[in-house]
This record gives sequence, C-alpha cells and structure tokens, in this order.
Amino acid sequence: MNQPVVHPQGTLGVVELRIPSKAEWVAVARLAVAAVANRLNFSIEDIEDVKLAVAEACTNCIQHAEGSGQIQITCETGPDGLTVRVCDFGGSARPEGIRSRRADEPTVGGLGVFLIRSLMDSVEYDVNPDRGTNLVMTKKVAH
Amino acid sequence: MDIKVDVRESKGDSYVVDLNGEIDVYTSPKVKDAIGELIDKGHYNLVINLEKVRYIDSTGLGVLIGGLKRVREHGGTVNLVCTNPQIKKIFDITGLVKIFGIYDDEDAAMQALV
Repeated sequence: MNQPVVHPQGTLGVVELRIPSKAEWVAVARLAVAAVANRLNFSIEDIEDVKLAVAEACTNCIQHAEGSGQIQITCETGPDGLTVRVCDFGGSARPEGIRSRRADEPTVGGLGVFLIRSLMDSVEYDVNPDRGTNLVMTKKVAH
Repeated sequence: MDIKVDVRESKGDSYVVDLNGEIDVYTSPKVKDAIGELIDKGHYNLVINLEKVRYIDSTGLGVLIGGLKRVREHGGTVNLVCTNPQIKKIFDITGLVKIFGIYDDEDAAMQALV
C-alpha cells in the first residue's frame, strides 16, 4: 500500500468539517470535500472519486459505529494531493463493517470499503472499540 | 439532495423505473420502496433508467442488487440504462457489469428483457 503523500510540513491547507452522524448530512460532507479537491489540480473524474470515497467512509461510520453522534472530516491539501481523514467517535465500531469485497455475487452491502480502496491511492484504518474508527485516505494529483 | 422516482408500465408486463437525482444512503430507501412495491405486486421484469442519475454510492448499488435478487427468484430480471461514464465506472470496478444488463438506451434495455 502506498504511504500518504502529504506530510505535515508539506501541507498547504487544512479544512475541517464536523457533521451529525446521520444519513441526510453525508451529501454535505461529500460536496464540501469535492470543493476542497477542486482547489487542487484534480481532474473532474478524480474529484468524483474523492467525493464517492468520502461519502462511503461517512456512510460506514453511520452504519457501523453505534452511538456516535458526530463525524469529523479533515482535508489536508498538499502539493502532491489530498489527504482526507474521516473519524467517528463511536463507542462500538465493528471491524467487520470495514471488510472489503467485490460484488461478484449479488449480495447486498460491503461494497463501500472496496470502492474506497479502488478509488483512492492509499487507505489506512485504525479501528478502536473505545475511540471509534479513524480512516485516512489519500488521492495524488496527476502531474 | 433528493431523488425523483417515476414508475411507468411498458411493453408486456414490464415496468420502467425512471430515477432522477442522487442515490445515496439518505435517498436510496425511496428507490428501494419503489422497486419493492413493484415486485410485491408481481412485476418481475424491470428496466431501471439511470440516465438522469448524477451520483450513486454503495447503498444505491445495494438497492439495485437487492431488487435483482428478488426478481430472479421469480424468473425475472432487472436491466439498467446508464450512459454516465462515472456511474458506469462504479459498476465496472465493483464487478456489477457481470451481474446487470447495462444498456445505452431504454429500447435496448427493454428488448433484452424478452
């Protein structure tokens, strides 16, 4: 797996957003991150990839982290790309909720993480039953 | 953000579900209800028109997969109309192109039902 390309010293700007952990707020998160991605030199297709990955991460928080009231989304923009952290503060994040698989057989659910891993250049998870889930994903700008 | 769902009868016993908007964790229950209602009434050959869908996530894909599973139990099928390259890409990378019939226009999707 590739390492995130944006390091603290190379960070150009940080945008933070906190949304209620409810389905109706996911669109706000994905549109806000798309607006941040639009500030970089991403293609429209790459912006759509980031948008979907962020939405999937937020949806995962809502569906798999019981008891979480908020989701925090942090965007770090750098010369090489965008790193997005999606954290919930749920009391009982369930690791099985972040299992990745393809849709080769017609079953419902479980596609979100597969999509995130397919659309982003690097993805890292820290799942802690006490702290909740912390997902860090990076998309590189094609120079 | 919302999704507009229109259902109309087509040739034979087939139905077309026109979707317009964005399908995500918030709006997908509305799509699920519309498809479920058709299946509950015994309509098992469906064309779901995604031409005016600007965005779909895994919950939207899940609704389509769920609908397909249910109609297949009755010998039916679900064909999709999709021309948006970004949405086609999602079906491609998830492997759903192997499961759904995906067509560029409604006539082709309808002809493939019979």
